[in-house]
Formats: sequence, structure tokens, C-alpha cells
Amino acid sequence: MTAGQQDNRPVIEIAAAVKTYGEGETAVHALRGVDLVVERGDYVAIMGASGSGKSTLMNVIGCLDVLTSGLYRLDGIDVSGLAESQLSLVRNRRIGFIFQAFNLIARTTALANVELPLAYAGIKAGERRRRALAALDLVGLADRVDHEPNELSGGQQQRVAVARALVTAPALLLADEPTGNLDTKSTHEVLGIFDRLSLSGRTIVIITHEDDVASHAKRIVRLVDGEIITDVRQAAVSGPPPRHASAAATAGLS
Amino acid sequence: MSPFEVMRFALVGLGANKLRSALTTLGILIGVGSVILLVAVGNGSSKAIQANIDKLGTNMLTVSHSGGGFGRNRSANAAATTKDLTVADAQALVDPYAAPDVKSASPVASTTENAVYAGVSTSIPAFIGTYPSYFEATNNPVSSGTYFTNADVTSGRKVIVLGQTVVTNLFGDIDPIDKQITVNGTPFTVIGVLKAKGSTGFTDADNTAIAPLTTVQQAFTGYGSLSQVIVEANNAATINQAQAEVTTILDTRHKITNPANADFRILNQASLLTASTSTSKTFTVLLGAVAAISLLVGGIGITNIMLVTVTERTREIGIRKAIGAPRGAILGQFLVEATLLSLIGGALGVLGGYVGSHFTIVGVKPVIVPSSIALAFGVSVVIGLFFGGYPANRAASLRPIDALRYE
Repeated sequence: MTAGQQDNRPVIEIAAAVKTYGEGETAVHALRGVDLVVERGDYVAIMGASGSGKSTLMNVIGCLDVLTSGLYRLDGIDVSGLAESQLSLVRNRRIGFIFQAFNLIARTTALANVELPLAYAGIKAGERRRRALAALDLVGLADRVDHEPNELSGGQQQRVAVARALVTAPALLLADEPTGNLDTKSTHEVLGIFDRLSLSGRTIVIITHEDDVASHAKRIVRLVDGEIITDVRQAAVSGPPPRHASAAATAGLS
Repeated sequence: MSPFEVMRFALVGLGANKLRSALTTLGILIGVGSVILLVAVGNGSSKAIQANIDKLGTNMLTVSHSGGGFGRNRSANAAATTKDLTVADAQALVDPYAAPDVKSASPVASTTENAVYAGVSTSIPAFIGTYPSYFEATNNPVSSGTYFTNADVTSGRKVIVLGQTVVTNLFGDIDPIDKQITVNGTPFTVIGVLKAKGSTGFTDADNTAIAPLTTVQQAFTGYGSLSQVIVEANNAATINQAQAEVTTILDTRHKITNPANADFRILNQASLLTASTSTSKTFTVLLGAVAAISLLVGGIGITNIMLVTVTERTREIGIRKAIGAPRGAILGQFLVEATLLSLIGGALGVLGGYVGSHFTIVGVKPVIVPSSIALAFGVSVVIGLFFGGYPANRAASLRPIDALRYE
């Protein structure tokens, strides 16, 4: 396989995905045959009410859970056959997680939090620090590196979490309701960062139930009862994200 | 993930809950400290017993009459069936052919008498009449003055060697040598003072007086049965042969065919030593066992606190796993945390035990057994690994999805 082919390979390839919890009559069918392909550079919002299976899909995409049946390829790797140790490597190298509750490690500075995935990847202290500082700079928190999570606002904590997700340069940024715990201003900041990351070619999958958040994505996928019912493209995969373009247009007009 | 990183995470984890870590450490500290200290106390008391027995003389056999009362108090009835222990018996034991391992045999007639000097009176519970060889056999040298001689015994001279306590009671600070004391109406000249021995259990070994056998027999006990015969073996190694020889000679002289009916019994200092040593060993093992239990309890404390820590940090573990922490890193972090707790506790416990052993505890000067330090310390580390293993394994096996959902 050549480098060119690698670039054209979809980041996410899910086919006939079924996830069932429990057995027999009490079985819960969280996913009932989902097919989803996410190209490199795409920005996808997965929407749905609670119980629609979007959290299950998110866990499967994030390699935190495995499918009952069906195929899942992440960055060309079939993850269903991987052992726990290989899965942790995949999570470390290929996925950057952003959670609704930020999930920073308490009593640990922003810098150390961002360095953590690199520490688990076995990267040396000097290199680790350099990359973590760069990631924090990217989210606009270069002046907050020595603050602990309880000294940061919600928006700042989520930006640290974004920096932590970015720092390993993963193939996929996976955000689960990233703005669910944030006020309007912080929501705007974080979505602005996502727009910029998308513009720079990052592949982003965001789980949300807010239309306003979803409107930033290039593509909106709606789940109901474990099945995809609509799949709407708002902007081209290779182009800029829709709200970023309109923001730029607005800026240009004024 | 370098071991250094794992260590750093563990230290941060411990530092997050300083009081809890300190209290857990205390459990191990007490465990290790008490193992070291209590074993040292047991060892110290065993050493003390050994030293006391050494003072009595280890190559000494005490032959005493049995099957009746002692000496002159014995009933006439018993005399019909058993023979007295006599001076002739004692003399028969010193026989280079029949008893080559016997160095000397000192007949002993003992009584309790009151001594008076210049109006001061004291009771001497162990007033002993014997031969000069008694001094050497019982490891009883004089510190000043001299011993009486065989000639003194033969002529029944009224000379006496006093124990330190008697000297203090009668003379105070006055030099007792060549002074005249009166014992139950009989005047004695003090010719020597025994070296102090200290007390052995309940009896004061220094509250004694030793005079020639013939003098004591004539003045107090009469010429009947002896209290004891003190036999000195050539050395400690031949004491058991000496005992066999003494038994054979006395069996013959007393016409005893069945050893169960013997009218004498022999107390062997070496066997006494063995018995006391094994007693104090049991004592040490008991103390050590109690301490080991407290070490075990400390270990369970580590498991308990690590389980609490793991539960409390379930979410953190989930985050770490979600961002790619391998199983080994989580396992290592919690295992190192537990081991550090017990290691620090162990080190402080060794220190505590060492310091504590410099104090006298219930009259015993503890003597540290070096192997107990190594053992207690080693066991504390093993306890950390063993008791920390279960919680650490539980943390490492958490599924990230469950751990993240945990509130």
C-alpha cells in the first residue's frame, strides 16, 4: 500500500454494525445495522435523542466498546479482532477523545494533562513538553499551562481537553457532547476551535443533540432507534466548514 | 511508559491523600516495628537467662537426696527405705577410674542461720558448709580476702566467706575481713567476700555464707545426711558422661537396681540451660507471632485503602485508559503506590524498632536479631506487592467504558 492510497482511505468504515446489550427478551438493540463511512478531513455531527444509540456508536468508534456483529475499520485497521493491549495503543495513537465532562485529571496541571497521552506513548520528557505546549498554544491557553483544572473555567478546561486530544496528532477527533456543560460564550470558543481544526484538515466526529452545534459540521447524521434515518451534507469534505465560511464571509462584508 | 513515569504517577497519587497514606503507612510501621522489637525482647530475655545460668556454672551437677525430705528434716520412716547422701558418697565420686570425667565433688550441708555483728543481726537463708572445691564448681570466686582450705575443713576451723548482701547488711561500709561475727552463738572469722552475682529470679544469690563443712555440721546440721553434693565435670562437653558415672557409682553404693526407685536425683545445669533456652525460644516465637499478626493487619489495611483509592479514582482510571494507558501502566501505578506505602512503613518500622530496642522493656534489655530486621522489612515489601496486587489488578481490569460512566 502506498502513501497516496493511505491518504484516500476512509478514517471510519462501519458496515452492518449491530450492538445488542443483554440476551433473549430483555435484550436491548442499541444499534440495528448502521453503515457509516467518514472520509479523511470530514466533520460529521451525529445527532439523535437519548436512547437513539448515538452514545453506543460513539463508544464503538472510540474503541471503548466492541460490536456484537458487523465491521469496523478505523484508519484502515479492523479493530474488532484486536486485543485489549492493542486497543489501548489504537486509542492512544489514532483517537483523540473530548468528553462532555472534560475529564481532566484532577490536581494535575494543564500541561501535565496534555502531556499524559504522550507519556503513555513513551515519548521523552523534552519532546513531550514541546508538543504539549504547542497544542495548548493552538487552543489559546499558552498562559494557563501551570493551572490545575479547578483553577480553570469550564471553557478553558474543555480547551485543555481539546489540546490533550490533539497532542498525539490522531487520525480522528471524537467529541461527545463537547459543549453540553458550557455557557454560550465558551461553546462559541470551543466550536471556533473545531472549525479551525476542520479547516486545517482534521477529521472530526462530534456527538450532539443541539442543532446549533450540528450546524458547524460539514455533514449531519441522524440516528433514531439504532438506525441512521438521515445523512445530510452541508459542505464539501475538502472545503471549509459551513459556519466558518459564513463567518469569513460576514467578516469580509463588514 | 518508563518505570520512572509509573513511579511519578504513583507518588502523585500518594501525595493526593497525604493523611490517608500516612495512616496506612502507620499500620505497617507498627507491624514491622513490633516484630523487630518483640523478637528483640524475646532474644534479650533468653540472653539474660543464659547469662544467669552461666553464672551458676555450666559444668556443674547437683546431686540431691530424693524420696524423702532434705538433710536432717528427713523423717525416720524414709530412712528405712532410702539411704542418706553422705560425705562418703561425695568422696567416692572423685575416682579417676570409675569417674574420669568428674573433677571434684563437694558435699554441701546447708541451713538457714542468723548472723550477728556489733549488735546488727541478719538472716542468711543459704548458710552453706562445704569443701573448698565448691567455690570453683559453682563459679563463686572471692572478690576480696581468701578461700578456706582443705586443712580448715579437716580441723573444723570457724572461718567464713560471706556473700555481698550479707556483708552489706552486717558491716555496711566497714571492711569485713578478719572481723568476728556470731552465727547462732558460734563465733566465725570472716576471711573472704564473694564476688557479687546478682539475683536469679526470686532468690538473692549474694545473700549467702560459706564455711567449712565440718564446722557447719558440728555447729548446726549434725553429721547426718547432706543437702547436696556439687559435682564439677572436667568441662561442659563431658558433663553428660560425668552424670552417667555419678549415677552408676551412687546406684552401686545405694544398692539401687531400678532407676525409678533412686533415692537421689541429679540436676544437670546443661539440661537446665537447654530447657530454659527452649522456653525462651517459645516465648520469642510467641511474641514474634503476635507481632506478625499486627503486620498482617497492616497489610490488610493496605488492601483496604487501595481498594478505596481504586473505587474513588475509577473515573480517573477510565480517563487514563481512554487516552491510551496500557493495562501495565495502570497496574504498575497502583502496585507501586501500595508497595511504596509498605516500603516507607517498613523503613520507619525498622527505625522505630531499632530506637525502641535501646530502652529496657519490663526489665528486659532487648537484643536485636539482625535477621528479624531483614525479615520484617522484606515481608513488608512482599505484603505491599501481595495486598496491593488485588486492588491494582482490579483497577487495571476496569473497562474504560464502565470506568468513565462511573459517578
